[in-house]
Amino acid sequence: MAEIDLNNPEIDVPAELKQQIAVTTLDRIYNWSRSNSLWPMMFGLACCAIEMICTAASRYDLSRFGMEVMRPSPRQADVMIVSGTVTKKMVPQIVRLYNQMSEPKYVIAMGACASGGGPFKEGYNVVPGVDKFIPVDVYVAGCPPTPQALLHGLIILQKKIEGEHIPDTRWYKKCVVEAIPIPILGPDIIDPRHFELIKEETHKPLPVVEEVVEGGETA
Amino acid sequence: MSDQIVIHPLYAKLLEKFPESVVMDERQGFSGIVVQAITLLEVVKELRDNLGYDYLSSVTAVDDFPEERLEVIYHLFKSIGGAPVEIKVFLEREEPVVPSLTPMYPGAELQEREVWDLYGIRFDDHPDLRRILLWEGFEGFPLRKDWKEPLYEEDTKPFKSRWPEGKGERKELLNPYKDNVQYPREFDPNTLSGDVDQAMYKSLEYSDDPNSRVLQTDQMVVNIGPQHPSTHGVFRMTVVMEGETIVNLKPVVGYLHRNHEKIGERNTWLQNMPYTDRLDYLAPMSNNFGYAITVEKLMGIVPTERAEYIRVMMAELTRIASHTMTTGFLLNDLGAYFTPALYALEERELILDIFEEVAGSRMMVNYFRFGGVVRDVSPEVLKKIRHLVYNRLPRKIDELDKYISANEIVRIRCEGVGVLTADDAIAFSTTGPNLRASGVPYDVRRADPYSIYESLDFDVCTRDHGDVFDRYRVRIDEIHQSIRILKQVLDRIPEGPIMAGKPQYVAKVPAGEAYGRVEGPRGELGFYVVSDGKPNPKRYHVRAPSFINLTSLAQMCKGAKVADAVTILGAVDIVLGEVDR
Amino acid sequence: MNGIGIIKGLLITLKHFFDTYIFDFGRKQKNLTPDDKRGMVNSSGLFTIQYPEEVLAASEEFRVIPFLVYETAENGDHKYRCTSCGICAKVCPTQCIFITRKKDAETGKPIPSPEEFYIDTDKCMNCGFCAEYCPFDAIKMNHDFELATYVRGDTHIYNKEMLGKPVEYYAKIRPVNYALEVAEKAEKAEKATAA
Ligand code: SF4
Ligand code: SF4
Ligand code: SF4
Repeated sequence: MAEIDLNNPEIDVPAELKQQIAVTTLDRIYNWSRSNSLWPMMFGLACCAIEMICTAASRYDLSRFGMEVMRPSPRQADVMIVSGTVTKKMVPQIVRLYNQMSEPKYVIAMGACASGGGPFKEGYNVVPGVDKFIPVDVYVAGCPPTPQALLHGLIILQKKIEGEHIPDTRWYKKCVVEAIPIPILGPDIIDPRHFELIKEETHKPLPVVEEVVEGGETA
Repeated sequence: MSDQIVIHPLYAKLLEKFPESVVMDERQGFSGIVVQAITLLEVVKELRDNLGYDYLSSVTAVDDFPEERLEVIYHLFKSIGGAPVEIKVFLEREEPVVPSLTPMYPGAELQEREVWDLYGIRFDDHPDLRRILLWEGFEGFPLRKDWKEPLYEEDTKPFKSRWPEGKGERKELLNPYKDNVQYPREFDPNTLSGDVDQAMYKSLEYSDDPNSRVLQTDQMVVNIGPQHPSTHGVFRMTVVMEGETIVNLKPVVGYLHRNHEKIGERNTWLQNMPYTDRLDYLAPMSNNFGYAITVEKLMGIVPTERAEYIRVMMAELTRIASHTMTTGFLLNDLGAYFTPALYALEERELILDIFEEVAGSRMMVNYFRFGGVVRDVSPEVLKKIRHLVYNRLPRKIDELDKYISANEIVRIRCEGVGVLTADDAIAFSTTGPNLRASGVPYDVRRADPYSIYESLDFDVCTRDHGDVFDRYRVRIDEIHQSIRILKQVLDRIPEGPIMAGKPQYVAKVPAGEAYGRVEGPRGELGFYVVSDGKPNPKRYHVRAPSFINLTSLAQMCKGAKVADAVTILGAVDIVLGEVDR
Repeated sequence: MNGIGIIKGLLITLKHFFDTYIFDFGRKQKNLTPDDKRGMVNSSGLFTIQYPEEVLAASEEFRVIPFLVYETAENGDHKYRCTSCGICAKVCPTQCIFITRKKDAETGKPIPSPEEFYIDTDKCMNCGFCAEYCPFDAIKMNHDFELATYVRGDTHIYNKEMLGKPVEYYAKIRPVNYALEVAEKAEKAEKATAA
């Protein structure tokens, strides 16, 4: 599973000691342990959620990857699988759940809907991609992605985690990571980060339509 | 469909009784009786009390834009079977008001709220008229034809910008906000409170008088969902509790509202087929079935015989897959964390393998076409199905049955919980296994036979107690009946073409309306379509069984404990894709 | 008596556990058909398919994202079968196919070949209509599902090069359909020569 061997001796180990000692870096052992115990959040949105359940069930068996511990609470979860259509009515809750997850946290956008709106994109209640609101680590294509495709996505995520370094990860830095502002339901979904833009756009003067005066010639 | 208008004897009766206010809908291809809004209640009362139409199936509306008219359409049935009677009320587009049928048929409650939400038709005397799929404060009534969504391109598909000058681009980037949003003019986001649930909390009646309560404690409002492991998706219930006992409950839906109907009215007839897969995503074949027979009714074509057999075969396989899954998840809700569900899912996987082989996808099958099915079932696949039906499934279902039905915990938690009497079940327009568990032998496959069900031998399973345990039992019984049907179908399936006529991507649908219904795993799945002769439907409505089954949830949960509410919801068996559409 | 039901349930799980070994033992002697594999109809006990080491074989009709079929000319050029007739773009339910028709640079007359061909995979619902109704067998549904990516950007809008796949690939993943197609073509050619 893990591409990088856990004890990858970049340092030369004498041949006679090969079987006795293991050389590793803190990064590696840390990432290895994290990537093999990712706990997803038990959180289904739409059709894709059924495939997510199938992935967790006996035929594809997430627990082979140490991920069977589906946590209903965001505070105990490491990875959020956004499995399905993100609607405007639901997105405040999704952002709230994301904010409640403790770091390190990852997001998988499962399926066309979560990645970019999917077949229902043109609808008035659909968010074109969950990445409009929360950062996404892995996009899994398909509608719905088969359980194997989701597993592939999870393996890709594991690879990403294995490539991380403790010094430059976001959550060990001093700076405080701001929570993502929760979208508000108004006449339409409102992202608080776009308040100014919305105000500007809605107060723009209407484009002037040239009035055609009927019978102008006789006047 | 015959061309001349046949006046139903029932209509004659009504015409006699209400000569002033009742007329036939005489447009070509249309049927039904047009009633004036003021006499609606009288006519419906007559239908219910004297003529036996005790079951209100569907309430919906049609926008006749550019004509200045909205129509409200009711479909009523007898709970002993037979064809529907269709009542229409014509209204002005400005400030439309119609009396609510909820006092007479409680099952209309959620559907009328939906019509209000999407069309802005006000229902007088409705106990709780709020938006349901969208939220309070949403701008506009989206299903009206003159309302345009933010990513609006053209009225109908195919869009002209795709060919021959198509550019691969994301349409939302053309929007000033780079997103799928629009705001009314002069809108200032700073003035917004953003609290959309106030009206709902207000509508939850609970008494302030401590003396009326058993426990002398405060009543509490608790929200369960939309993210909750027991709500099967993004369903939310707001419950008022006294201690652990539920005093009142409101289902809150719409978290998966994907604008199925609005998109469906942009699509061409055929393009809706894959979308129906995504309605009840646990039973895609049934959805295909319902849509296909509805449009075929309108087009006046009949599928070939082999296609009929294949259709029924697929629909029954879906039913088995869906019921096993429901059973497994009911056990999950009871706290048997995942083990029974795993066994149930194994069987489902094997059925999905068959779907993948014949249709190409495990879940989103897109298998039916008008006049047949898309691909023939090869002899190898038939052999596989035979193997499943004769060997594996009966054994596995019996195993599941054996260890669940005898389990004490299951019995204690399920028996006598969430009781719905037969009368209530009919009044609340409950359908499917939920209705049959209350002792009403109503199954669309028998009550209003479609396809080849008439020639097949099977029983309509009923139970008498109307509790959670009976709902579970009915599902197990139905699996056995489905296996029985499958055996007959496998024996009798004829050779021949699978498609009537040539496969075409433009369906020629004459103007008119049709209401088609099938018995899906969750109950009566109805499609109401109106055509104006163009390549796109003018109205495309889905009568979603899970959505309407939710109407009775409050009734079943009152007086129960919170933990039981979860079980009851599990037994009602909702699929959110269908509830919210 | 209370508890019997629970014990029964546990016994079933235990039986499953032992079935795994019995099944493995039995498999050694038999000729294996695909149905005898783990996770297939005849298996009992453990049901798991060991993805990624072992991949569940996709059936012929399995569909994910479409691809464009091209034939490789002798000089290595890709000759797309597509004539940019636009039927797939018209029939696509999500309207995620974008085609620019090639034009003759001088006369401006359309040439039956696509200048550009895009599919927005963030919208595609894998319905298979495009492949079903293409009159030239130019677009087919792919089996490749391992499509997870780290970024969305423009890489999720597949262009002509990303969509193109040689005929051989098509023949490999859909042998039955390909054989049918070849037979049909041969028949047509025969008729043409006869006439
Ligand atoms: S990507 Fe497809 S399967 Fe997944 S939620 Fe969206 S519509 Fe459903
Ligand atoms: S239908 Fe076939 S030939 Fe026509 S544009 Fe599409 S891929 Fe090309
Ligand atoms: S598979 Fe369906 S949605 Fe995808 S490109 Fe083809 S027609 Fe469009």
